Amino acid sequence: MLSEKGLKMNKLQKKILVVLVLLCLITPVGILFPAFFNAGDAWGEWSAQTVKELVGYVPKGLEKYSDIYKAPLPGYTVNSKDRSIMHKSGFYIVSGLLGATITYVVMLLISKIIVRNGE
Amino acid sequence: MHIPDGYLSPQTYIPLFGVFVLTAAVAVKKVKAEVSSRNIPYLGMAAAFSFIIMMFNLPIPGGTTGHAVGSAVIAIIFGPWAAMLAVSVAIIIQALIFGDGGITAIGANCFNMAIFMPFTAYFIFKVFNIKTAKKPGVTFAAFISGYLSLVLAAILTAVEFGIQPLIASTPDGKALYCPYDLSIAIPAMTIEHMILFGIVEGIITASIVNYFLKTEPSLIYAFRKRAKNE
Repeated sequence: MLSEKGLKMNKLQKKILVVLVLLCLITPVGILFPAFFNAGDAWGEWSAQTVKELVGYVPKGLEKYSDIYKAPLPGYTVNSKDRSIMHKSGFYIVSGLLGATITYVVMLLISKIIVRNGE
Repeated sequence: MHIPDGYLSPQTYIPLFGVFVLTAAVAVKKVKAEVSSRNIPYLGMAAAFSFIIMMFNLPIPGGTTGHAVGSAVIAIIFGPWAAMLAVSVAIIIQALIFGDGGITAIGANCFNMAIFMPFTAYFIFKVFNIKTAKKPGVTFAAFISGYLSLVLAAILTAVEFGIQPLIASTPDGKALYCPYDLSIAIPAMTIEHMILFGIVEGIITASIVNYFLKTEPSLIYAFRKRAKNE
């Protein structure tokens, strides 16, 4: 599939790919920095429990919808109770590589299906 | 900026999902006409880049976190329609596999970060009307494009949060969904994106556009489009 016409990579594309992999390897910065600066959730992305602490109650609709879907790797980790830095960083990298690869392949396939004007 | 499940009422997320589907249909047609097959790998990489860059949470010390999105740079280099599809794929994978952003909010999150943001960024970049691809001008335009498009997308997200208490509350005045109204949501989202996340988006946008200007200027959509029109 990847060797098909239209999916061969030029030099710049190979270079970008290497940069993307390197970026994946340093993604733990995205959890270590916030921890170091004592920064919490993004605004409006609190759990139902945190909302209760903030406003004193859990809005009915929020309670109903907040557990509507269980993602396989919530929060880019597994076993979120293990809060050790090694565990979180390791799975953050794995999640980054996995998610970026899936995103890359899905977008590649979609583009391949859409674009057929190969010159 | 990834709205979770339960924060938006169906009256909000259903119309936004509709807008997302319609826009995606148009984007498919546009990308088919605009992108040549040898540039397909770039689109995959653009989507992956957006996915990765959103993992770099930036802290407001003692406060909240946020991140850049990458929509502005993708819109300038590969066009807003390609950016729409690429960033949407990243957002949908984040929601489905990592629970980052709600399932019910996929339409809203794509509307904010994958539709509104790239088109706003592209429009702002074009407003500078740079005739020749001169470096200082391009750097400035790209920075402002990244900065403003993220701040404006954050304000749009804040509006979606903030109208929830008006749309759906119980008779005793308790919110059904997002409990904060516009007077709280808008300043909170605007300020954090103005003082930090927007600046990072601007720097990322300016540096990558500069890099492409140096190495592969013929690729940059914002300049190709201009050449074609003249």
